[in-house]
Amino acid sequence: MEILYVLIPLGLVLVAFGLWAFFWAAGDGQFDDLDSPGWTVLEDDARPEPTAPPRPPDEVPPQ
Amino acid sequence: MTAAGTPCFHCGEPIPRGLVIHARVSGRDEPVCCHGCKAVAEFITGAGLGDYYRYRDTSSSRADETPRPDRWAAYDRPELVERLTRAEPNGARSITVLLEGLRCAACSWLADKALSLQSGVLDVSVNPATARARLVWDPAKVRLGDLLRVLEHVGLRPHPLAGEPSEQVALLERRTALKRLAVAGFGNMQVMMFAVPLYFGDAGGMDPAMREYMRLVSMLVSIPVALYAGWPFYQGAWHALRARSISMDVPVSLGIVLAFVASVWNALRGHGEVYFDSVTMFVFFLGLGRYIEMIARHRAGSVADALARLAPVTARRLRGGQVQDVQAVELAVGDELLVRTGEVFAADGVVLEGEGRVDESMLTGESAAIAKPPGSLVHQGTQNLAAPLKVRVAAVAGNTVLSGIVALLERAQAERPRLAKAADRAAAWFLSRILVGAALVFAVWWYVDPSRAFSATLAVLVVTCPCALSLATPTALAAATAALARRGVLVAHTDAIEALSKATHVLWDKTGTLTKGLVRVEEVRPLAELSAAQALAWAGALEQMSEHPIGRAFLASGQPAAAASGVEVHAGRGLEGLVEGRRLRIGTRAFAAELQADQAGGTRPASVPGGDAAEESWVYLGSEQGLLAAFRLTDPLRPEARDCVAGLAALGLRSEIASGDEAATVARVAARCGIDAHAARLAPADKLARLKQLQAEGAVVVAVGDGINDAPLLRGADVAIAMGRGSALAQTSADLILVRDSLEDLPHTVLLARRTQRVIRQNLAWSIGYNLAALPLAALGFVPPWLAAIGMSLSSVVVVLNAMRLSRGSTPRRRPEWPAVRQPEVA
Repeated sequence: MEILYVLIPLGLVLVAFGLWAFFWAAGDGQFDDLDSPGWTVLEDDARPEPTAPPRPPDEVPPQ
Repeated sequence: MTAAGTPCFHCGEPIPRGLVIHARVSGRDEPVCCHGCKAVAEFITGAGLGDYYRYRDTSSSRADETPRPDRWAAYDRPELVERLTRAEPNGARSITVLLEGLRCAACSWLADKALSLQSGVLDVSVNPATARARLVWDPAKVRLGDLLRVLEHVGLRPHPLAGEPSEQVALLERRTALKRLAVAGFGNMQVMMFAVPLYFGDAGGMDPAMREYMRLVSMLVSIPVALYAGWPFYQGAWHALRARSISMDVPVSLGIVLAFVASVWNALRGHGEVYFDSVTMFVFFLGLGRYIEMIARHRAGSVADALARLAPVTARRLRGGQVQDVQAVELAVGDELLVRTGEVFAADGVVLEGEGRVDESMLTGESAAIAKPPGSLVHQGTQNLAAPLKVRVAAVAGNTVLSGIVALLERAQAERPRLAKAADRAAAWFLSRILVGAALVFAVWWYVDPSRAFSATLAVLVVTCPCALSLATPTALAAATAALARRGVLVAHTDAIEALSKATHVLWDKTGTLTKGLVRVEEVRPLAELSAAQALAWAGALEQMSEHPIGRAFLASGQPAAAASGVEVHAGRGLEGLVEGRRLRIGTRAFAAELQADQAGGTRPASVPGGDAAEESWVYLGSEQGLLAAFRLTDPLRPEARDCVAGLAALGLRSEIASGDEAATVARVAARCGIDAHAARLAPADKLARLKQLQAEGAVVVAVGDGINDAPLLRGADVAIAMGRGSALAQTSADLILVRDSLEDLPHTVLLARRTQRVIRQNLAWSIGYNLAALPLAALGFVPPWLAAIGMSLSSVVVVLNAMRLSRGSTPRRRPEWPAVRQPEVA
């Protein structure tokens, strides 16, 4: 049972490391948006870039 | 011909019968409901962003406003942009933009892509959770105004948030809360692990040194949990005590501190109970509940955001005969402003020139436009519908009527009087019982054995406080909040769950809650040889000159046509004017038909239903040759409204309508929803009076609203519910927000609130009962340690499992069903 005197501090070090990693991730904004990154993989990479950036059509307001 | 009931490809709203407009999307013609939606759908697919329609999971908002390129003109001027935005390295600028209509991850993908495709855009990050986008661009390559126009063209209404430090503050707050939660979670897991041998060790003959070691390690792990993760509770309690009141944070903090101090004391001196497991679990579950609540509140947005959406950031100032675009904050009393048709007033002022008609619905709830001849007052945030006005500024910034309302709301939100009161009662009840109990124990022990009085009293406080309060309530509330969020019901204040479970009445504001809140052309019926589109175009041309809400329904649906000339308004009957050389009339049937010289030929079209006339209003277009077309206008009832009212009635909640609308309209809607009690033509103050009257009779009232004029009602109600597409100001005063903009989930929400209260009561009864039964027995030595250990852990597990029942049976609902046409095949 004496091995616990080593194993528990070792476990605590691991926990501390995990917490440090979590703090880093939170501070880096990894948890700010959990929805949209999932959608980016669905995007077609091969889409040809439009030759000219789309411009809003020049609309004439009524009146 | 469009099949009746086909939804619009873009926004999903039903297409007016008889109207055929198609948008060219990925080489196919898709039916849309109006030209606004057509423009948006074609722009989106034209930019190569058609994937949006494959991935979105809710329909988009209706593009009922024709984009006005000049709306963003002020953002094209570099010197103004410089003051409104933040500087970034290498000469770039950044701004945070609130995106109205951003509802799902696909929408944020769309905004991201549409902006990234523009040259000169350096970075875009869109956060769907808060509906905000941060833009970084190179002002040398692209103008901010163009970027805002792009956003508007993909159907998202941008609201630039000038300066906007609050968003950054909110982000940091969320991150910090997440970190605290992580510390509590990790800590709790560790302490639980050490608690098992402490509970069971005695049975297995653990040696005392190991036991000591375990207790000290538990203490070590609990220190950051109690100090760092629990810090917000101490802060809250301190604020409450300084304000000479008691909030929920007070007993919570007392529980944490006492249990923690007692445990540390016992751990250091080597004997007595330790409660590190209770402390950490307490902090974790409370923190979890608070975290979910905070996310919901941030999503609902702050009052400052609401103001940003209502008041324009720029204005057009007249100085020395020249018109300048200036920031609204630069305006001073006495400045002269030019406000064009469709623009929103940037300040309160007096009309100098022009015959104005102003939409003040956001302040008063009155949907008809109000005439503003020279000399009358106009208010910040209201919209000029008619001729351009010259206005002299009378009040700016903090002195306008609008900012007065906002300030009032902000204060109400900060003080949360109604909620605090409910929490006060609960906290005071607990506190008084616990403190009296502890005092009694102390007195008795002082008499019996003074040396043990302190530890015994601590034990009583520690054991009663965390066990009764810790897991029972927070776990149930956290589970209920999460379950509701999955169904699209955001809980901004968890205290509302308790009130909702006791609710007896529901007070509806009709427009926008029971109905959709938008008058639209539901059907076009040509009565002569002409197409529906042609009829709509002519009607639109005439109605362009009108400020009546009906007129706006035509403008939203119709194609902008040649302007009408010589338009005369016949009050209460309709309009007459020349369009493309034709004399046309639009209005009541008799009025439109009278234009025909030969009255006898004006047969009443057999197809025009008489029975429906009670429910919807028909508007007729007539020429000198006779009636040309009939238009059916409705503010459509939400399809689920009737079921919702019936569902609530089955739960014992009486519905009542308090509306500012016409008596006939209100009565009609009430009849169709199955509501007996209704009152019409009520000002916001009258609605509030009705609410107070109900509350005085002992009712617990739920108010459902969507507009700014509902904000006082919502604030006064026991539970305030706002619609997801309603005004931002209404959402900030709401406890619950129906994000999906559907009433479907309301009865279920009430049911869940009641189940939550039941679970809380069961949990409290169980934990108090267990402690009352087990403590004296254990103290007197009747319970062996292993049995106490099993009982203690079982007690916690029972409470948590019982709470988790709330999230069961509320798995996300079926996805909205879209007809096949709305899923274009991949080209």
